[in-house]
Amino acid sequence: MLPFHYLPYLAAFLFCAGLIIVIVKRNAIMVLLGIELMLNASNLNLVAFNQQYPAELHGHIFVLFVIIVAVSEAAVGLAIVLRVYQYYQSSVPDEIAELKG
Amino acid sequence: MNGVTILFYFFIILAGVSAGAIVFSKNVFKSALFLLVSLLSVAALYVLSFAEFLAVAQILIYAGGILVIIIFGIMLTTKISGRPLVVENTHILSGGIAGISLFILLTRFLPSLPSGATSGLQPEDIRVIGLAIFSRYPVPFEVAGLLLLIALVGAAVVTSHLKSKA
Repeated sequence: MLPFHYLPYLAAFLFCAGLIIVIVKRNAIMVLLGIELMLNASNLNLVAFNQQYPAELHGHIFVLFVIIVAVSEAAVGLAIVLRVYQYYQSSVPDEIAELKG
Repeated sequence: MNGVTILFYFFIILAGVSAGAIVFSKNVFKSALFLLVSLLSVAALYVLSFAEFLAVAQILIYAGGILVIIIFGIMLTTKISGRPLVVENTHILSGGIAGISLFILLTRFLPSLPSGATSGLQPEDIRVIGLAIFSRYPVPFEVAGLLLLIALVGAAVVTSHLKSKA
C-alpha cells in the first residue's frame, strides 16, 4: 500500500511555502504564484482525505470547483496586475500606496 | 518497497523541493518554471491516489492554462532592459516566522491517517465523476460556469482600456 499518510504533510509544506512567498516577495506576479501554490495544497489535502471514504467522491468534486475558482482568480488577478502596471509602471505592491493616509 | 512506492516518494520530494525553490529563487521566470514542476508532480500524485480525472484537469488547467497566463503576465510587466526579472524580498523575518510556525502548527495537529487506505475509485473513475456532477451536483456546476463567464468578462473589461504603447 502506498504511504498516503505523507500527503497531508506535503500539503502543509506547500501551503506554508505559498504563505511565505505571498508575504516575502516584492512582485505582484509572485504573490499570484504563491496563491496558486496554496490552492494546490488544499486540493492535495482534499484528495488525500477522500481516500478514507472510497465510496464517496465529494473530495474529488470539490477539487474540481476549487480549480475553477483558481482559474477565475488567476485571470482577473493578472488583468488587474497588467492594468496597475500600465498606470504606475511598477508591479511592486508596496509602491502602490496612493490611498495610504 | 516496490517501484510504485518509490515513485510516490520521488514525486512527494520533487513537489516539496520545487516549492521550496520558489521561495529561495530571485527570478520570476524561474519561479514560474519551478511552480510548473511542482504542479506536475502533484498531478502525478493524483494519479497514484486513484484520481485520474483530477490529474488530467490539473495538467490541462494548471500547467497548461494558469502557467501560460502567468508567464504571459511576466513578459508584459517586466522591462526589457536593465535587470528585469529580479525580485527583492521584504518582511523576511515576519514571513519566515509566519510560515514556519504555521507549518509546525499544521503538522503537530494532523490527525493520523492510516497508511493503508484503500483505493478510492473503480476503473470507471471519469464516468462516475461525470454522473455525479450532472446528477447530484448540477447547481454548483452551473454556478461555476456562471463564475467563469463573469471572470472572463471582468478580465476583458479591466484590460480593454489599455493604451497600446509602441
